[in-house]
Amino acid sequence: MEFPILSLMLAVPLVGAIACLFLGAQSARMTALVATLANLALGIVLWLNYDIGGAQWQFVERAEIFAGFSYALGIDGIALMLIMLSVFLMPICILASWDAIEKRVGEYMSAFLLMEVLMIGVFAAQDMFLFYIFFEAGLIPMYLIIGVWGGDNRIYASYKFFLYTLLGSVLMLIAMMWMVNEAGTTDIPTLLNYDFDPQAQTWLWLAFFASFAVKMPMWPVHTWLPDAHVQAPTAGSVILAGVLLKLGGYGFIRFSLPMFPEASEQFTWFVFILSMVAVVYTSLVALVQHDMKKLIAYSSVAHMAIVTAGLFAFNAQGIEGAMMVMLGHGLVSGALFLCVGVIYDRLHTREIARYGGLSINMPKYALFFMLFTMASVGLPGTSNFVGEFLALAGLYKVSTLVTLVCTTGIILGAAYMLYLYRRVAFGEQTNADAAAMPDLNAREWAMLAPIAAAVLWMGVYPESFLAPMRQDIAALEARIARAAPDFDADNVIGTPREHNANYVAPAHGEEHGEEGAH
Amino acid sequence: MSYATSLYLTGAEVGLSLTGLVLLLVAAWGGTKSARLVTILSVAALIGAAIFSVGLFDRAGSEVAGRAFGDLYRADAFGSFAKILIYLATSAVLVVTPRFYTHSGSYRAEYPVLMVFNAVGMGMMVSATDLMTLYIGLEMSSLSSYVLASFLKQDDRSSEAGLKYFVLGALASGIILYGISLVYGFTGSTNYEGIRAAFATSFPTGALFGVVFVLAGLAFKVSAVPFHMWTPDVYEGAPTPVTAFFASAPKVAAMGMLLRMAMDPFAGEVDAWRQIVIFAALASIVVGALGAIGQQNLKRLLAYSSINNVGFILIGLAAATPAGIAGALTYLAIYVAMVVGSFTALLMLRDPAGNNLETFADISGLSTRRPALAWSLLALMFSLAGIPPLFGFWGKFVVFQAAVQADLVALAAIGIAASVIGAFYYLKFIKVMFFDEPLREVEASSPVSHWAVLAICVAVISPLGYLLTIPLGDWTAQAAASFVAAM
Repeated sequence: MEFPILSLMLAVPLVGAIACLFLGAQSARMTALVATLANLALGIVLWLNYDIGGAQWQFVERAEIFAGFSYALGIDGIALMLIMLSVFLMPICILASWDAIEKRVGEYMSAFLLMEVLMIGVFAAQDMFLFYIFFEAGLIPMYLIIGVWGGDNRIYASYKFFLYTLLGSVLMLIAMMWMVNEAGTTDIPTLLNYDFDPQAQTWLWLAFFASFAVKMPMWPVHTWLPDAHVQAPTAGSVILAGVLLKLGGYGFIRFSLPMFPEASEQFTWFVFILSMVAVVYTSLVALVQHDMKKLIAYSSVAHMAIVTAGLFAFNAQGIEGAMMVMLGHGLVSGALFLCVGVIYDRLHTREIARYGGLSINMPKYALFFMLFTMASVGLPGTSNFVGEFLALAGLYKVSTLVTLVCTTGIILGAAYMLYLYRRVAFGEQTNADAAAMPDLNAREWAMLAPIAAAVLWMGVYPESFLAPMRQDIAALEARIARAAPDFDADNVIGTPREHNANYVAPAHGEEHGEEGAH
Repeated sequence: MSYATSLYLTGAEVGLSLTGLVLLLVAAWGGTKSARLVTILSVAALIGAAIFSVGLFDRAGSEVAGRAFGDLYRADAFGSFAKILIYLATSAVLVVTPRFYTHSGSYRAEYPVLMVFNAVGMGMMVSATDLMTLYIGLEMSSLSSYVLASFLKQDDRSSEAGLKYFVLGALASGIILYGISLVYGFTGSTNYEGIRAAFATSFPTGALFGVVFVLAGLAFKVSAVPFHMWTPDVYEGAPTPVTAFFASAPKVAAMGMLLRMAMDPFAGEVDAWRQIVIFAALASIVVGALGAIGQQNLKRLLAYSSINNVGFILIGLAAATPAGIAGALTYLAIYVAMVVGSFTALLMLRDPAGNNLETFADISGLSTRRPALAWSLLALMFSLAGIPPLFGFWGKFVVFQAAVQADLVALAAIGIAASVIGAFYYLKFIKVMFFDEPLREVEASSPVSHWAVLAICVAVISPLGYLLTIPLGDWTAQAAASFVAAM
């Protein structure tokens, strides 16, 4: 057996989490930073050793230490990218909480490290129930992060977050049990190729959908997200937007589509309609927000709707696009929450009107904020452009109408993001206290610069990120091809007419009738 | 079969009975001074009985299959598994008991003796294979429970709890007895095998009445809805260690008795009782969850929680398969760890003057005052709510899986959706401890004995518990096979 690097990636933050519980504030911060950086290093090793074009499942580990399910880990390119996203964002989250969190630092760092364990576990799990345990366990640290270190209305937000997502996922558990009972295995790679009865698929799909739609979150079950985001501390929002929302999309890619292709096809329009509503409605809602975090939270819902629409396009482009939007959004919305956090730490308000003209006194900050705003809008050269373009191009192959509606989301996105940027960074410096804020310090630089670099890298040379996923997405496309929906404006190449359009038939009879058929 | 074999098979009960009688004499001569000694000896005897039961675990291969006294009693894997749980739970509760009474000075040497006799009764309940043995065991356990509930004589609430428990318990016993008489009347036998054989040939309506009466009485004993009304009052009124005891060992005994009853003598009539069990299961889950929401008293809250948990165990029974019974037993084992742990933590909550704290206001902000205790309670509450990676999830997992395998998907789906309601009040527990500001002073330290019990329970329900899934699965499967195989 090769070196169990995935287990090590789970063990490092776990040990750190336990250690942090017993440490004082400063040493807990250092421990957490070291643990997350170590995991980032391990993640880079993982990526470098990932054999593109090799076996579908790599770094496979398996131990039969539980009854009813096994400790089975292994990743494909899709999981690799999402693990990279998680380990990349974690040290940044720790840095973001460096000064902002003052009470119960050890417990806070412990919760974050635990969160990292669970996120990596979700993406690496190759056993259905192991996946579920990691998936569901994430609720505990997040509940504590929101509830203990959150804003004024944190208790309501933490309850809502917990119960909403719990209700979504318990039904999935029953569906999983049924599937395991039917297929006789808990092994995800095997289940990926098991054909369930199409009738049963409908129910299974709905049960999984209940869970993933809430996680995603899709309209109309998105309402927990703005509350959770607004109340969570900055780093909590980053993790929530950056990685936790990706669990829903990952679930669709890993379970709903390949395991229930027929049912997915059946519900394609259901997903499209929810996505269209989400894109337009939440963008409009974002336009009128006064609270910066809420605005970005609503924009997340809109971006995630492009992900769901792209996924249900049933083609490689759409799915690649969806993955790229997820990765790009993970970076960009995380960065935007960090930008909000930077000025929140200085002025302790998220009210947009309390700021203004920050580009005068905080030029470096304004530059970063500008870059991430543009990335969020989907400007070419940034990560989100690649994803959105691919997703919409894939979607176009299925439905021109849905593509049209979803594209308006990009326009509306430009509207609310630029409007936000104008109000915060440009204009008069109406508030004296906002005008007196110092620019970025070294720690904030260290947080924002890596993300900016990654955003540009992903925008300029997306191949680095697409290459590991290509083969897996092709496999997924092949798997679901049998159920792929038809193109609504399917341009079949017809036979050319014999004559010009203005040709008048010289005589009467059969020839005329034929002409009319055109 | 020799008389000696019978005595050997019932060794745990015989040993405990003798210990109880001797200790009673010690208590009578030694008075209150001997309370500590009697407690220690009782704990030792209970642990000894548990070890003895481990030795008896696998009797299926032996020539008498563990049957004692002409099949009045059976020492099979099922009975042994339940007994191990019962004895361990009783001894754990006994360890954390005496300190509770030091403040009022009302601890007496009779207390551990009553617990020992109670354990004898409970052992008989889970091993009985004859309605008469069953009834004697049941009454032996119940009568000592009534006394224990009202042990704080000066406290009105305790007396009220004892009286309430006695009146309603006597009513339930009467219902069971009436059911037994009907069953006997229609089958001509009080022996489980005889009853099953008789039901296999004919199952008249009158016998159905008998079955329903017996099951209703047993539902009272396990406090399943709609026979749960006594539980919150008794749990709240009884002294906390007694509540801890009621919620753990007698629950295992009553549930074990119910499982054996349903799957042995009534095994052929699954269709007759399944809908009752399904109703009781769902109703218990929902009522247990909703009832707990408004509670301020933690003991009352845990009472509703135990009703809620009984609902989940009954889902395993509703499956009526070996996997379902094994699941119910797994759940019981985890439940005992959770409930003993929770009540031990509750017993550790005292104000500096030594008064016990038992409301939400008392644990407010506990995480800053007693972090270790608060984190233990957090783990226990998430475990009770069935959130992975804590081990409580595994209990729910196995019963729901059994239900799904038995094609009761709708039951599983409704049950698990209702469990989300239950999560609400467990979350409240955590919210009060972690999110709220401290209101009360709490005692700064607790004795080692309490920590030891709490640490064992928390270790079991922690993610480390998953390492137990394989042995636990084997033991419960073996236990379930001891009578389900006969189906």
